[in-house]
Amino acid sequence: MLTTWRAPGGSDELAIRFGDDTGPCLLVLPAWFDEGNKTRHFTVETMRLLAERGIASVLPDLPGCNESMSALPEQTLGSWRASAGEATNHFGCSHVLTIRAGANLVPDLPGFAYAPLAGKSALRALLRARTLAAKEAGRPETTEALLQTGKVEGLALAGYHLGATMVSDLAEATLAPNALAPLEPGGPLLWLRTEPEHNPEQAAALADLIAAGLTR
Amino acid sequence: MTTNLPASVTQPDDTDAILRAILRDVLGLSDERVAELDADSGLFGHIPEFDSMAVAGLLTEVEDRCDILIEDDEVDGDMLETYGALLAFVSAKRAEG
Repeated sequence: MLTTWRAPGGSDELAIRFGDDTGPCLLVLPAWFDEGNKTRHFTVETMRLLAERGIASVLPDLPGCNESMSALPEQTLGSWRASAGEATNHFGCSHVLTIRAGANLVPDLPGFAYAPLAGKSALRALLRARTLAAKEAGRPETTEALLQTGKVEGLALAGYHLGATMVSDLAEATLAPNALAPLEPGGPLLWLRTEPEHNPEQAAALADLIAAGLTR
Repeated sequence: MTTNLPASVTQPDDTDAILRAILRDVLGLSDERVAELDADSGLFGHIPEFDSMAVAGLLTEVEDRCDILIEDDEVDGDMLETYGALLAFVSAKRAEG
């Protein structure tokens, strides 16, 4: 259940852990920002189902996210990658499960990717939500101008304050080829929903695919 | 014409099916409800939960699945107001290549 670990920056962060120490242990790198909110229930339920299948998993708070006391504007893609690496060591993870943009942080582990999203695309969607809202409010902004400002001053997107380095990092973040097995559990894409929602069948399908992948 | 749109007849591609699937996920509609969408079905400005965040997610997913790039200045209220307008826009973008 709830445990803590120390991120490379020295902050103590929470993590959710399921399963025992006897089998494989998955590091879960969840979706980011609004997509993370919409898929949180699904992610944690999938972890419970994995534990029932004899697979342990751990979901660490990245610095600046969830219950973290660290400041989000100070985080960079590099600090998050270092944190994912440190969590891997701390919890002795043997495999990784990435969901959406979590794939941008993948440490050197075998594992699985569910609907990976490049950091560049994640940033594009956030910028678009902001320009659409601005247009509705009658004070138009352009993506290009926002990006230029963001790379210097940082940017508030969908309520998340990203530092200048993070904005610059994400603008260039593509997904490097990796050996992660893609997961296609079928069903609705929960991160697209306007309201957070869970889908038990999809979580079970995902857990089954992972369990099958680990025994192969 | 039944529930099919004229555009889906003249465009023998899968744009209609892709858009319906994405809208089903965005709005949490049943398969029946999503099949009932027609050219005049109101979207942005008609469905309260179809807000800027939902539209941003939808357009990003459309870009990803249809392999197109939608520019800022192409996104406006008209293009998002009805299902027919959205379908016509995406079909035209795909035809451009």
